Amino acid sequence: MNGADAAVKCLEAEGVQYVFGYPGVAICPFFNSILNTDIRTILVRQEQNAAHEASGYARISGRTGVAAVTSGPGAENLITGIATAFADSIPMVLITGQVDSGQMGSDVFQEADISGACESFVKYSYIVRSVQDIPRIFREAFYIAGTGRKGPVLIDFPCDVQKETLRSFAIPDAVSMRTYRPTVKGNTVQIRKVQKELAHARRPLLCLGGGVHLSGACHQVREFVEKNHIPAVCTMMGLSALPTDHPLFYGMVGNNGQSTANHAMNDADVVIMVGARVADRSINRPAVITENKTLIHIDVDPAEIGKNAGPNIPLVGDIAAVFDELLKEPAAADYSAWLDTLELYRRRAVHEKAAEKPHQRRAGTVDPRAFIRNLTQSMEKDAVYVADVGQNQLWSCENAVIREGRFLTSGGMGTMGYSIGAAIGAKLAAPGRQVAAVCGDGAFQMAMMELGTAAQYDIPLKIVVMRNNTLGLVRQHQHLAYHDRYSVTDLGGGPDFAKLAEAYGMRYLKLDREEDTESIIRTFLERDVPVLLEVEVDPDEQA
Amino acid sequence: MKRIYSVLVENRAGVLAKVAGLFWRRCFNIDSLAVGETDSPDVSNMIIVSSGDQRTLEQIEKQLNKKLDVIKVKTFSESEAVSRELMLIKVRYNRDNRKDIMENCEIMGAQIVDLSKNMMTIQICDTPERVRIFLETMRSIRIVEITRTGTVALQRCGETESQ
Repeated sequence: MNGADAAVKCLEAEGVQYVFGYPGVAICPFFNSILNTDIRTILVRQEQNAAHEASGYARISGRTGVAAVTSGPGAENLITGIATAFADSIPMVLITGQVDSGQMGSDVFQEADISGACESFVKYSYIVRSVQDIPRIFREAFYIAGTGRKGPVLIDFPCDVQKETLRSFAIPDAVSMRTYRPTVKGNTVQIRKVQKELAHARRPLLCLGGGVHLSGACHQVREFVEKNHIPAVCTMMGLSALPTDHPLFYGMVGNNGQSTANHAMNDADVVIMVGARVADRSINRPAVITENKTLIHIDVDPAEIGKNAGPNIPLVGDIAAVFDELLKEPAAADYSAWLDTLELYRRRAVHEKAAEKPHQRRAGTVDPRAFIRNLTQSMEKDAVYVADVGQNQLWSCENAVIREGRFLTSGGMGTMGYSIGAAIGAKLAAPGRQVAAVCGDGAFQMAMMELGTAAQYDIPLKIVVMRNNTLGLVRQHQHLAYHDRYSVTDLGGGPDFAKLAEAYGMRYLKLDREEDTESIIRTFLERDVPVLLEVEVDPDEQA
Repeated sequence: MKRIYSVLVENRAGVLAKVAGLFWRRCFNIDSLAVGETDSPDVSNMIIVSSGDQRTLEQIEKQLNKKLDVIKVKTFSESEAVSRELMLIKVRYNRDNRKDIMENCEIMGAQIVDLSKNMMTIQICDTPERVRIFLETMRSIRIVEITRTGTVALQRCGETESQ
């Protein structure tokens, strides 16, 4: 047995189903050994997408995603994917080939200090210096990636160590690290304080972040909301933690959020942030949030608590474990007056929207908001909707109807091109569920090489490209902040999407008239086959 | 506000870079940094002196704790610590100022540890504040080079006992 054999044995022991990657000489021993296992390999078309696919897989399967690439440029291309995963705390193990350990540091062909380059956006990184360390390192890497505040772990794996003989192989039963013991159970005293605060609260509000998904706590949170009749809002990463049509759900907060959610946030006297960072896009002025309300912050990462705001009551722990405890107590108080106010806000927002002067669209374009509402209402209950980054993302956040399914997007990093890779990973994780990626023509062209991956492995991707031949969100910013001085946002020369779809064996549909919306969506969703749907959008449409 | 962080870390390659990188990336100050092995060879102790507002100082502690090579973080103020710094300072002297220098050394408890025909190296090991004062007194003389350890510190015994 050599080092590479040991590594793939470790992956098997961790229950790894898929490795997304791209080979090169420095990772060849690994890809040679993986042939002896049942692990399926997915050859991506560019390494960044290996990380996005592992991310989509991880988020839907609830397991740790794995990507493996070669040294130098292979590893470097992975970087954006790693940073994207780190920003959203996605559990991932990334294996990079490295030049022979004796040559490290001498700038030989395809050598890059990848662990140094990634240091500030991995949860941890290893360089495998000795073949004996492999079982421990892999065991630890999966443990670190998938516990506490989850995140990407990098294993830089020199080629000679992959080839070196390992005499005895044993995976340690348990991980014991004196430097890493994440807190899972919430402190009882703090939990009591939360309950006491809720008993006195008049206008309490839950703000759900991505941590609710990462902890697998959607069920507990929903039960808590329903039992106590406490209203909830969410951050972008928290979308679909509660069904978007749940009566106690009031939308997404932040400068791209809904007015009802922001009103709720402003009026609340007790806000419970649940697995959310109090980040700039969600909370405009975090420093003042505690001026007129009590902030309770529940997070598994103690460093997030107090980083941007408050809190009055910090509560460190895994969200599912904390809510299991909170659910043991009977409902705290009656908040019906508060709910009446929120309903008023909700109705007012509907009226305001209805009163808005409809945007005069160019001929041959459709309303992207109505399209997204229609599409998501027509999708199966447990469908996975992957929004990319840009105007399409903001339209999606506002309008997607997600019931029992999932909403995925790159929230923290806002990485364009995320949706296609993530959708491939999601579909592999849940082949029985409907998965759709919705992106703009800018993001699509950052990741469209992955149509090849989807075709090669018969992954029935359903992709919506909202086409406006412009980088819409930047253009919108130039409209508002630079008085229509449009610079480098015209996306001319776009491909003929019909031909592109045909080239990759996808069915092609085009929507450019409102009246065709329903029939096109029906055709788009009707069978589990790859479809590319081009939706024409007015470049002057605002998000 | 100044704060001293006594950080026990795994004595492994790259750990110093990771900790220093954390300060750089999060825009935390490093006023001084001293690293050395502890009584167990697999553990190193880093003494980091930093400054900032309350929130920053708290974040430094939390972010250090989050690093997977950090075993333990202790933090205390200067008044709660016994602090020392070692400075070696090489100066060019002449007949006129030789006596002044020697007097200064005597007053401040510094020692002359190396000597040539027109240069001498002076050692001072004292609190960071006294080291600073000594350096000020030497500014009028031609300084050739200086090296300093940065602050090393231990929490005062009384403070440790009361915890």
